[in-house]
Amino acid sequence: MVGASLAGLSAARSLRKQGFDGRLVVIGDELHRPYDRPPLSKEFLAGALGEAELALEAEGEDLAAQWLLGARATGLDHVARAVRLADGREVRADGFVIATGAVARTLPGSAGLAGVHTLRTLDDARALRDELARGGRLVVIGGGFIGAEVASTAYALGLDVTVVEAAPTPLAGPLGAAMGAVVSGLHADHGVRLLCGVGVKGLSGESRVDAVLLEDGRSLPADLVVVGVGAHPCVGWLEGSGIALDNGVKCGADGRTSLAGVVAVGDCANWYDPRAGHHRRVEHWTGARERPEAAVATLLAGGAVEPGVPRPPYFWSDQYGVRIQFAGHAAEADSVTVEAGTADDRDVLAVYRRDGRPVAVLGMNQPRLFMRARKQLAAAVS
Amino acid sequence: MIPACRLADLPRGEAFRLDVDPPVSVFHTDDGELFAIDDTCTHQDASLADGWLEGCEVECPLHASKFDLRTGAVDSPPAKLPVRTHEVAVENDMIYVRLSTEAPNLPPCVSARLAGGPA
Repeated sequence: MVGASLAGLSAARSLRKQGFDGRLVVIGDELHRPYDRPPLSKEFLAGALGEAELALEAEGEDLAAQWLLGARATGLDHVARAVRLADGREVRADGFVIATGAVARTLPGSAGLAGVHTLRTLDDARALRDELARGGRLVVIGGGFIGAEVASTAYALGLDVTVVEAAPTPLAGPLGAAMGAVVSGLHADHGVRLLCGVGVKGLSGESRVDAVLLEDGRSLPADLVVVGVGAHPCVGWLEGSGIALDNGVKCGADGRTSLAGVVAVGDCANWYDPRAGHHRRVEHWTGARERPEAAVATLLAGGAVEPGVPRPPYFWSDQYGVRIQFAGHAAEADSVTVEAGTADDRDVLAVYRRDGRPVAVLGMNQPRLFMRARKQLAAAVS
Repeated sequence: MIPACRLADLPRGEAFRLDVDPPVSVFHTDDGELFAIDDTCTHQDASLADGWLEGCEVECPLHASKFDLRTGAVDSPPAKLPVRTHEVAVENDMIYVRLSTEAPNLPPCVSARLAGGPA
């Protein structure tokens, strides 16, 4: 098992549940046992949740695994059936699950400048939380989910917050332009400035950042900057291994890779979606929890199992006290209809359709209606 | 026993949330059985009455933890602790619930709020 976060842990659990009683080694590049990442931009960052509560393993849970933590994988030798680690060790195995996740993109030229943060790991969140506690002016670069959640948390902590988004509308990719505008309207509702359609030219500051420079010539004074401009899959260590890579590890609909005895799950894995007819790399928590079951079945059966139809991908976000839930694929839709609530009241249930058939659903503070719509969506696509 | 709602007002496949502290939900399964469990997921603050009811299991609407309605046990993570179960009775078409006297397993954010800490 290469990767010790949610996807790796879920795969380890699935292996044991599906009857694998052999030796299990879990390799993780962070020093921490598996922890839950979604609260890092929300409750943990706000100080409402401590580190102990982030643990993904239940008390007393024992997967009879050997944990190699703080160990970074640097290569996969398919012929020798071994993973090489940065400290020179080698771990041999009959089967491999690749779950190395993704790493936050950074801004060119920001390295070494104090006060500039990305948010992906527990260590990132600790550092950011400590700086947020000092208050001041925060500029968030990127109006996606991470950026919006950090802005929301920082606003609640009393900081002066500005969000800069290069696209004309934030969240237009995952939610479509119309609903992206509704959800990102939450910033203005709370007096958080949102600047759209303007790129970032660079950062200014000697040893510590003091401003964000925009491409239109404006300069935004900043005590603290959070860069939330997406993530890329951690698969550099697999280059030269012979495994097919294409926006992550290229996988079949059951998690199999181009190498026998190797499956991939989670953010690093680009699974084939039989319904859409192309590959999709899904960076959602739910995918990391649910897909390992199928991948492990594939690994144990040597590829002899027929993959089931996955449920439509689901994710959630909490911003400014509003619970946002989404399932399906917004990009497939040719129409979006608000079926309950209103955009102005930020309590919409919106259904996305293509040729009259539902392809996605969005809820803002509508958990019960959202669940019903999500069930209908799952029934419609299965 | 606390009156919840009329049986006629709770169709199969639906749940009724009882506004006690902490809230409790009564589930009417597709097979016609009634179960009462704590409404708040033990992982994070979400109402199980809004969840996905299938057989004798409810899936949390937020992060897909599954709980067994009969025992309160966690069938699927991320939740780690069980919910409490409560006794249900029906008299003259009225559903009643007798609340468990055990301590509930509330999620960390809710526990902190009840203790007067940050929400």
